[in-house]
Amino acid sequence: MTLTVEDVHFSYQSGVKALKGVSLTVKDGEFVAVMGQNGAGKTTLVKQFNGLLKPTKGRVLVNGTDTTKTSVAAIAKTVGFVFQNPDHQLFSETVEEEIAFALRNFGYAADVIEKRVEWAVNLLGLSQYRKTSPFMLSGGERKRVALASVLAWDPQVLVLDEPTIGQDHQQKENLRQFIVQLQTQGKTVIIVTHDVEFVAECSPRVVLMREGKIVADGAGKDILTDEKVLAESSIVLPQVAQVFTYLNIPGFPKNVIDLYEAKQLLKKKLERN
Amino acid sequence: MAVIETHNLTYTYPGAAKPSISDVSLAVQKGEFVLITGPSGCGKTTLCRTFNGLIPQFYQGELKGEIKVADLDAAKHPTYEMAKRVGLVFQNPENQLFALSVEKDVAFGLENLGFPRNEMRKRVDWALNLTGISDLRDRSPHEMSGGQQQRVAIAAVLAMQPEIIVLDEPTSFLDPLSAEKIFEVIHDLNKKLGFTVVLVEHRLDLTAKYADHIVIMDQGKVRFDGETREVLSNEEARLIGVGIPKATLLFEMLKKDGVPLDGTTPLSSEELANMLQEAMLR
Amino acid sequence: MTSRLGGSVFDGLKFRKVSSPIHNLDPRMKFVYVIAVFIAAILFGQIIPLVILFVMQVPFVLLARVQRQWVRSLRGALFLALFIFVINVAGNFFTQGFALTAKNWEDAGAMTLRFVVLVESFSVFFLTTSPDHLGLALETSHVPYEFSFAFTTAVRFVPVLAEEAQTIMDAQKARGLELEKGNFMKRIRNYIPILIPLIVSAIRRSLELAEAMESRAWGATKNRTNLYALKLRRGDYALLAIIVGLLAVTIYAFIFLQVPTVRSFLGFP
Repeated sequence: MTLTVEDVHFSYQSGVKALKGVSLTVKDGEFVAVMGQNGAGKTTLVKQFNGLLKPTKGRVLVNGTDTTKTSVAAIAKTVGFVFQNPDHQLFSETVEEEIAFALRNFGYAADVIEKRVEWAVNLLGLSQYRKTSPFMLSGGERKRVALASVLAWDPQVLVLDEPTIGQDHQQKENLRQFIVQLQTQGKTVIIVTHDVEFVAECSPRVVLMREGKIVADGAGKDILTDEKVLAESSIVLPQVAQVFTYLNIPGFPKNVIDLYEAKQLLKKKLERN
Repeated sequence: MAVIETHNLTYTYPGAAKPSISDVSLAVQKGEFVLITGPSGCGKTTLCRTFNGLIPQFYQGELKGEIKVADLDAAKHPTYEMAKRVGLVFQNPENQLFALSVEKDVAFGLENLGFPRNEMRKRVDWALNLTGISDLRDRSPHEMSGGQQQRVAIAAVLAMQPEIIVLDEPTSFLDPLSAEKIFEVIHDLNKKLGFTVVLVEHRLDLTAKYADHIVIMDQGKVRFDGETREVLSNEEARLIGVGIPKATLLFEMLKKDGVPLDGTTPLSSEELANMLQEAMLR
Repeated sequence: MTSRLGGSVFDGLKFRKVSSPIHNLDPRMKFVYVIAVFIAAILFGQIIPLVILFVMQVPFVLLARVQRQWVRSLRGALFLALFIFVINVAGNFFTQGFALTAKNWEDAGAMTLRFVVLVESFSVFFLTTSPDHLGLALETSHVPYEFSFAFTTAVRFVPVLAEEAQTIMDAQKARGLELEKGNFMKRIRNYIPILIPLIVSAIRRSLELAEAMESRAWGATKNRTNLYALKLRRGDYALLAIIVGLLAVTIYAFIFLQVPTVRSFLGFP
């Protein structure tokens, strides 16, 4: 699976130019965090990946297929998209029905649907809620139902739009571990987020956007510690990086975002003194 | 002098199997900045709504125990009376703005209270000034960013000049930079103008440094209630699963490994960096 | 109703933010004017006075600088107007034994013109009156506050709901929902995954709004005050003079004058 974005420009009907020449390649099994201020074009970009939005100029290829040449439903089989607010998806009478919805749309056979629903429900820890109405569940549980309903058809790529909003510490930790799990299964995961601390903990590839363009693309470690780049994109440094930037110790690596690594470095430095 | 006092407060939503908050006893002093945090479902949102009477008056259900806010029994006095003493700012900025212009929204509470026009003018201008949005006064809510909308909501509450401002996860939908701006505004209101602030938040990395007093809840009960640095350096508090600021965690980790560090528990990256610099100069 | 002529009746209802003397008029007075035009249009069934009424709107349109939108709504209305004309003529044709008199044509024309005058005068009203102004007019009149609040809040949330509907459609499309496929029944069923989240969201939103309202002293007193006030100024009094003049001429002409008809000029019976 390869996702290719070739010099894509996109303008909304209102005339707003949201993407001004974006090029990017996402390879199989990568974990990418698309970051940037509100209005930088992050969501507009990822909506090109499953064809919800089509480029005004340039093209987007999913496994070699141009997104303008197929329907959203067809691309969705490969690129699963989980929206920020689960309440924008939930409408069924039971959790089971909700998860089966997409499977029915894609035309799976009844026995396959049954198996897939079972699998998805277990994966997200929702077995006891199978026959429950999704509207009766808590916010966190509804988010899991939305996730389960997308994973059910096992897309190769999973796009998560702001998955950490409103989540508490434990929920974010669960999400992080879940993404790791998906990665070990070879899935490509793309998240749109402005949660620096969460990204610092996951340390993915970071694509930083500003005003419709990509201004940085590389290892999370390097980008999240680059003060200048972050300031221009109105992103805050992760706390660990902030400490190291304040300290400004010559000879110390600047690109530290991991707690344990930070501890080791500081311990060594303090013991030497 | 306690502006909020609760004794064994227990509340069950109508039709719920068990209470959302149990036996909550706490006190908020005048002029304090209190942070209430805890995992999802711990009852912090429910607790907020008892402060201005939304619970039990709007939500019905069963409320047991006592609660006094600004010397009034919040459960018995109508919410519109409580509104003059305690203002509530909610999570979703969009759903707190009804009017077609910022000014009119900020004046909404005052209009409801029947204030004369010139008094309203003064208060609206004052509130817009405090929140730094005077230049947005004629804008319509839909044209603004989440951060701006939330500042309008805060101004709208400020205009009624309550003693206490309660904010329930006001920055959930905002990016970190906008969130920081909001917290700075709130901090100023507390330190410079003496408003008592009760802030419900997950983002301790951005807010712990402002709070004098922190309350950690879990499953409807208060687990920790005390001075911020003390509580956050407590091992058990960490086990509840709240988002302890990374600077604090790093400090604890270094201490555990035997690194000698002087001073009180840092709550921000600046505090930790200063502490480390001192240690390195020794 | 978008006519292929390129313009929708709804174009004439959207407020256009422009600073003009007409925009600054008191909406209550403007509304009374529209009612006066309405009355005049009802009282006159002849083409000539209706044409005069129509032409009377033009200076207002020009002063308000909303010509383009007004013309667009006119084009949209024309489609319906044509329909009304045809129905009228056909109706007379069939009930009179497949014959038409000059009167029939003129009456049909008048009926059509009456419709156009009504739609277009309302159009000027809505084009020059912002929802805020409308809301304020409602608030300062003796309409119970609940209604004006419901009105302004509804207007305020229209763009929000529209965006939400789009997001919901996107979310369901990304789950394989194909809105364009299928027969009529299937297409209607396809909208259920769009409607239900929209409705649930609207209900949740109203609960949150209610909480916010309560927390801002809703219901504290029956004598609600208003940050703004609507004051009548010179322009409004000028408009009032026009209204009075219009009504006076209309009533006089209606009672005492024999309004000339087009066909009498053309020599038809």
